[in-house]
Order: sequence, then C-alpha cells, then structure tokens
Amino acid sequence: MAETPRKLGKRRSIMGMYPEIDDKLMTLEDTVRRFIKNNSQIAIGGFTVTRNPMALAYEIVRQGIKDIHLVCHSNGQALDVLIGAGCVKRLEIAYGGNGRYAPTCIRFKKAIQRGEIQFEDYSNYQMSLRFLAGALGIPFIPTKSGLGSDLINLEGFPPEIRKEKKVASKKYVVTQNPFNGEDDKVVLLPALNPDVAIMHAQYVGEDGTVRIKGLTFADIEQAKSADIVIVTCEEIVPRSFIRLDPDQNSLPPFFVDAIVKIPYGAHPTAVYTCYDYDPKHLNLYKKVADDDRTFKEYLDEWVYGVKSHEEYLEKIGSTTLLQIKANPVLGYAVGLDRK
Amino acid sequence: MADYTDNEMMALAAGRFIKNGDIVFAGTGVSILAATAAKRIYAPKAVIFFETGGIDPSLDEIPMAVADLRVMSGTCLNSGLIEAFSIVGHRKLHTIAFLGAAQIDKYGNLNTTVIGDYHKPKTRFSGSGGACDVASFASGVITFMQHQKRRFVEKLDYLTSVGWYKGGDSRQKLGLQRGGAMAVVTNLGVMKFHETTKEMYLSEYYPGITIDKVIENTGFDIDVSQAMETAPPTTEELRILREEVDPQKLIL
Repeated sequence: MAETPRKLGKRRSIMGMYPEIDDKLMTLEDTVRRFIKNNSQIAIGGFTVTRNPMALAYEIVRQGIKDIHLVCHSNGQALDVLIGAGCVKRLEIAYGGNGRYAPTCIRFKKAIQRGEIQFEDYSNYQMSLRFLAGALGIPFIPTKSGLGSDLINLEGFPPEIRKEKKVASKKYVVTQNPFNGEDDKVVLLPALNPDVAIMHAQYVGEDGTVRIKGLTFADIEQAKSADIVIVTCEEIVPRSFIRLDPDQNSLPPFFVDAIVKIPYGAHPTAVYTCYDYDPKHLNLYKKVADDDRTFKEYLDEWVYGVKSHEEYLEKIGSTTLLQIKANPVLGYAVGLDRK
Repeated sequence: MADYTDNEMMALAAGRFIKNGDIVFAGTGVSILAATAAKRIYAPKAVIFFETGGIDPSLDEIPMAVADLRVMSGTCLNSGLIEAFSIVGHRKLHTIAFLGAAQIDKYGNLNTTVIGDYHKPKTRFSGSGGACDVASFASGVITFMQHQKRRFVEKLDYLTSVGWYKGGDSRQKLGLQRGGAMAVVTNLGVMKFHETTKEMYLSEYYPGITIDKVIENTGFDIDVSQAMETAPPTTEELRILREEVDPQKLIL
C-alpha cells in the first residue's frame, strides 16, 4: 500500500510499522495543531536555499498561526513565506536571502520597510552561539564578533517589549575580559531557548535517530536549545541502517518530539543527496513576491489551494521533480539549468 | 575594446591576492569566481571554504549560495556553522575573506544591512549573515564593490562589518586582535589601505579606466598618487575562468 503522509499521520494507521516512534509519528496537520501556537518562538532550520522545512511552513500558514517570534541565522524561503503570509510578528535574524533568486528575501524586505514586523539583527555566528548557549543551559556566551559594529550599537526591538517572555533584556553587553587585567573587550550574547525548533532531515531511523546529510548548519544546536523539536524527513529508515554508521547521525531520539515523513518536504529548497533547489519555482516566486496581489494569488494557489503535500508536488510536476533530482553520489543535480 | 568583462577582470584582480596556504572564505557571485580562479591559476594549495561549513569542495559547478549543495560535494569535511567560524578566526591559519557590500567607507567598514534609518529603512538588505563575523576574525578581508559614489561614502548608513574602524590603531583598540580590510576590488580598479592611517588609496586601475574616473565615482577623497595600471587578463587566465571555473556561464 502506498504510504502517503496523510495516511502515515493517522497514528494507528501508521499501522504499527514503527512501534518505537509510534507516539511521535504524526501528520503535518496534527504536528502544527499540537505544537505550534500563536506567539510561539520558533527556531527554523536550514540555510538560505537549503533544507528549509517548507511543508511544515506551508502548514503553519494554512492553519493561520499568528504572531510567531522567529529566530534564525540565515534563512530563505521558509522565512519569506511565513513573513509574507502574515504569520510573523517578531524576528531575530542574521540574514534573509535566497541566493541569486532573491539576494534579499522579498517579503522580508517589504515587511521591514513597511514597519510590519519587529526585528533585531545579529550575525550568523552570534545566532549560532546563542543557540549553543541555550543548548548548554548557560545564560549568555562571549565572543569577539561584532565589536565596533552597529549590530552592537543599535537595538532593533522597542524597549517596551524587553520585559516580555523570550525577549532578552538587552541585545548585547560589551564588557572586559574578566580573566585579563588588560583592556580586552568581549561581547556577551543572550542565550536562546525557543519554544519549538523545526527542521528537515534526510533520514529518521525507525528508532527516532535523526540523520542530516551534508551541512548541518546550526540545526543541531537549535534542536538542543528548544523545548519542542519537530523533524520532517525524506525517509524513515530501518534501525539496522541508522545504527550501522552512528558517526553520521545528528540527534539521538530523545530530543525529538514529532516526526513527519514528508518526501520533498523542503521543496523548493534543496536537500543534499536527494534533490536540488528548484530554479523554476524560485524564479516564479521571485516574479510574484514583489507585488501584494500576485503574492496573495501565489499563496492561494500553492499553499491554501492545495489539500496535501502530494497535491502540491503534483502541481510542481514530475518533469521538474526529475530535473532537480540529485545525483546521490555527488549530492546535487548535475547540469541543472539554474538561471 | 577589451575582450573581457568586468566580472572577469574583478575575479582575476582579487584572485591574484591569494597565496598558497591561504584559507579562502568565499561567498557567492564574483567572490566564488575569484576564489576558484585563485586556486586553479595562482595558488593551487589554497583552500576554499564556506561559512556554512563546507571545506575544500570540488566546485565542479559554481555554487549560487553559500548553502548550495555544491559546497558540500567533494569536501574534506562538512561541518556546522560554529566549526566553520572556529576556522575563520583560528590563530594558526591565514584566512582571507571575500565579502560584498552595499556601502563602504574610506576605512573599509561595510554596510550590508540598510539604506536610511535602521528602524525605518528606505531599503533593507539581507543583513550581516557571516560578514560581521569574518570581518571580526579573518586575517584579511577583500571586498567586491560596484564603484559608485553612492556606494563609496563618507559615512555608512549602518556599520555591519568592521574594517579599520576609525583608522590608525582604532580596530585593535576595539578588542579585535587581527585582521582588517586588505583590499577593495571594483569594476574600475583595486584599492588598498595606507599602512598607518588605514585610509583607502587607489592601488591599481584597469586598462581602459582613467584615474579621474575613479575619483569621480568615489564619494570621499582618495589618494591616487601610487596608482598603477593593472596587468590585463592573459589568454590563459581567461581560458581557465571561462572553461574551468564557470563553464555554465552562471556568473561570468
């Protein structure tokens, strides 16, 4: 019987195939309904055009979740869709861009220029360190990065929200190195402990072990810093496979709260060894995202208008899915027309 | 009439700075061309790596983003962001970072965040990404710019990435132990920074470009007394760029 994510999700109908993760396997709909709330602080996995948890982001949009406080280093398509659909109130970010398809993410740019979201800028390393601090259970972490820059000189959030839950009381503190009598400055960064981390991985073992192939970015730190971890994946793989080569694994099962099997779940962003980014779709997005009306039509057609991820993939079409299919050895789609 | 493009000249002019043993932090666009050209032409023992954590990829195809799957392919190691930044600032390594920016000032400080007021910007850009980090940590930064008055400014709208800060030894006084702006490579020529004042000066102008054109397109006073004409690209340099570095012509 064909396994569709929809069927997979009806928990009992997963048919007891994976008894060890029976309580974690669920549908996109159930996962979002259960774990993503209005006002949730969400750390989003992936980096610009790669491994954005798109299927999950689309479902968040469909369920009309509002006032999300998004925290990320460099994000692309998921960030832009969530902002464009009006799900995001607050943003802590290092970079909003989608490679050559959007050097600056289009709806992100508009939302900031129009004053529609609260935002605060950090750098990639700083955001990664903040997640690491959260994962380690320490309240702050020092770095030398950013000394002298406006990242440090200018706060983004208005002062009145500094007392709110999940907002640091200050953006940074610059202080002396306490171990060095000389004049040596360091920057202290506030730790992050998001409500939820969402990420997309190639494999989850039937025991719940997560394997990200290729670059992991800060996904592992983000997951360990969060209260709830949602992993969408391309495949559920046998325990014997995931435990044969444990050096390659990214997260042990006990960090993970929800698992959704959703092939092509990062489309139109890329997944190493599985599929490349989809230049055709990203170019289409670029064309429509700049105008409010055509962007709304895009959401109506590609997000609200599809009943399932399969229907979305049907619209993308088998020709495109074959074109972006990665060479499993090299990891990307060789010779793909990327213009 | 030159038989090469601005991007080709820029990639080669920047690539010529790279030495064997350098660890080159590459971005996308011209920067990846420059890094790859450097490795294939001038410094085969240089190592290209990306802030995303891909170290020494084979680069048979040009990556279009630093998280492109092509930066993960054929690498010696795929790491995470924190490991990548432990390389950029590592005391044992000579790391050269290629960056781009919307604005630059005479001390090589960069803006990739906003034009206008930070809170209510006229134009919002992508933001720091890893630029602020590598500007803080790398041994040297080479910046690619379009040479225009509105980009070479007296005062940045936002200081995203620190170069020589306010000149002299002000960078060190901030607490940044090494690094600083090394060169700026534009479509007109190559700028460097004065050894003690750390002010930008014109080092090279490309064949067909006049010194006056550089002055006209720079929004602050620039010393041109040491300027020399750049050697034009050789046939072999252009062949490698076109046939080996970017055969799909995605950037060139």
